[in-house]
Amino acid sequence: MEITFDILRRKSADEKPYIQTVTIERGRCATVAEALDIINTEKLIDDPVQWERSCKQKKCGACAMLIYGRPRLACDARLDEFPRGRIKLEPLKKFPCVRDLMVDRGVIFANLMKLGSWLDENAACDDTGVAYDASKCLQCGCCLEVCPNFYSGGEFFGASALTASSRLIGETPAELGKRLYGEYNGHFFRGCGKSLSCKDICPAGIDTERLMVRSNAAAVWKRKKRS
Amino acid sequence: MINILGAGLAGLSAALTLAEAGIKCRLISAQNSERAQSVLAEGGINAALDTMGEGDTTELHFEETMKGGAYLADPNAVRALTDSAPAVVTKLAGLGVPFNRNPDGSLTLRSFGGQKKKRTAFAQSSTGKMIMTALTDEVRKYEAKGLVIRLPHHTFMRLLTDGVQCSGVRIKDTYTGTFYDLSGVVIAALGGLNGFFPHMTTGTVTNSGTAAAVIFAQGVKFANLEMIQYHPTTVGIPGKRCLISEAARGEGGRLCVMKDGYPMYFMEMKYPELGNLMPRDVVSREIFFARRDQGDVFLDMTGIPEDTWKNKLSDLREEIMHYFPLDPKKDPVPVEPGIHYFMGGVYVNANHEASMRGLYAAGECACQYHGANRLGGNSMLGAVFGGMTAAKSASVYAGSGSEDMSVYSGEEPLDCELPAGSDERLGNILLNGLGIVRNGNTMKSALDRLNEVQCATAPEKVRKELGRAMLLSALGRMESRGAHYREDCPDTLDAFADTTVTQLAGGTVRVTFEKIPERNTGNGNNV
Repeated sequence: MEITFDILRRKSADEKPYIQTVTIERGRCATVAEALDIINTEKLIDDPVQWERSCKQKKCGACAMLIYGRPRLACDARLDEFPRGRIKLEPLKKFPCVRDLMVDRGVIFANLMKLGSWLDENAACDDTGVAYDASKCLQCGCCLEVCPNFYSGGEFFGASALTASSRLIGETPAELGKRLYGEYNGHFFRGCGKSLSCKDICPAGIDTERLMVRSNAAAVWKRKKRS
Repeated sequence: MINILGAGLAGLSAALTLAEAGIKCRLISAQNSERAQSVLAEGGINAALDTMGEGDTTELHFEETMKGGAYLADPNAVRALTDSAPAVVTKLAGLGVPFNRNPDGSLTLRSFGGQKKKRTAFAQSSTGKMIMTALTDEVRKYEAKGLVIRLPHHTFMRLLTDGVQCSGVRIKDTYTGTFYDLSGVVIAALGGLNGFFPHMTTGTVTNSGTAAAVIFAQGVKFANLEMIQYHPTTVGIPGKRCLISEAARGEGGRLCVMKDGYPMYFMEMKYPELGNLMPRDVVSREIFFARRDQGDVFLDMTGIPEDTWKNKLSDLREEIMHYFPLDPKKDPVPVEPGIHYFMGGVYVNANHEASMRGLYAAGECACQYHGANRLGGNSMLGAVFGGMTAAKSASVYAGSGSEDMSVYSGEEPLDCELPAGSDERLGNILLNGLGIVRNGNTMKSALDRLNEVQCATAPEKVRKELGRAMLLSALGRMESRGAHYREDCPDTLDAFADTTVTQLAGGTVRVTFEKIPERNTGNGNNV
């Protein structure tokens, strides 16, 4: 049994992309990430495929890409999920392509900077449950890829800013939260169409709806936090 | 301007320390902090906070760290570490790390290996990720103020040095291919040497270890390279090994072999006091022998209470169920030791100064605090405190170095891909010599095979020399101590209670043994 990868390639953002096809034996690897490693280290194609990777156990978010049209982590995409034996690999499309499957996700971090994603005072830590869930965010970009409201350069920063804000709002007493509430409203709440596609796609399994409910309560509806 | 290589825990800690003092730094990394190996740390961070009413002290933390490391660590550095640990963890809690808490709001502490008191603060079983998220945000505050200049997607090429003084660093923008020469002293926070053992460790796969090898080839002394920690409980997953946190045993997990259909809890039988929570070197060796003589070893977590799974180990259970078709609440998990941590690295003093002036090292890439065997929970502590200490030491150079990034357009022989299979070839040679149980013959045989390796590129050449230094360090230590266990020299000898120091000089790797500093009677450096 073999599995075939159709890989969208380009040497730089300026070049026209093309599809390169490579086939390997199914039994040699279990995930897309492992397959890409084999393709590169065994020189199954002349020019190694450029892609980002790091932890290989879905904890760092480096290897996010479009796999069979869906944004997900290559290390978490098991080949046995694709019985038809043909998988298309493409770079995430909402970020500038650097080369091959590698994209520049710098906008995520630039947006977190604009959001002012930091605590102004020491954490109050009265809601460690929300902080824990929110802190799991890999900043991989999968949620932004599927979000109908997010585009690079816009004022709506998507669920990557929701997780950051939720942690900070959850750890900040209401009387000190004005700045954070304003940023949350401006860069998340007002732009979110509540499609919740981020919740379905998140590789870290973050319940973004729960984070929204908690952060909306504090930042939008100004409800008192539960003690 | 100070240059920090690496944006993991030690690098972030160094950047934050400098920024808080109003000193500018560059934070240089191949990827953003979210991709650093530090996010994989699970079990917790040690501090004698004594919130569990057991009468824990920083002195006991010091003694157990020294004993766990088989007395090969610098006692003054360790004393400063353990004295500062409560302040370090309290600071992290203030940054919003969602540590598990007791009903009174104090931090919950769990049991960890080699420690008789509950001392490990934790956030379920994702402590590293939680700390990294909080620290990344805190450093971002200083990025906004212009005190921390982040250079993601930049990789290390070489130190700029005359061989005596480090005056800067050459880096490459991996997006554009442009080289830059940056002036200013350097704090290396490069992570461990797991890239020398591809697919065989619990670490990330991005860190090739070549940066450390380049620094070694530039004449910087390394120490205790033979001290490689095999974590007792790992499982194979596609392309690497996956850690099952020591927290599983801290919360009640038990190691067993099956005998006549019944579990035999061999650690508890042999070590009645600490049982499954003996230091990692001991547990890994026992698992090695149990697997050799009695068959598969399992981690039996079936006795862990429901609320512990829910509140302290939920991520761990999810992870095991993701990779295995079994539920650890119901079935024991087959485990075996895997390479997890490198106690050895850049030879530094208690101030984290390397042998080359103007170079500092912190985190796993530095040889500090852990001696011959690291205790669980001390790695993140060592990374945070080491980053702080290195930053404070480097701050004497705050006024030197320039903000300019000068483009380098000459040749850079170190900028090339490793030929296919070369790192696996080196890794297999090293693994044969540097297993859990070693002997002189297999190490010599590994050295012979290493000598036969033909290197076509500059990165291969420097990697080969650091690999040689690892093997020569292990061969030179004619005893067993901590993680270095030799069948042919099974005893621990006073004559080897020294640091193994290795250096590449005149094209030859030399190994010497240096005295460990005497313990000062005064107080350590508090944070």
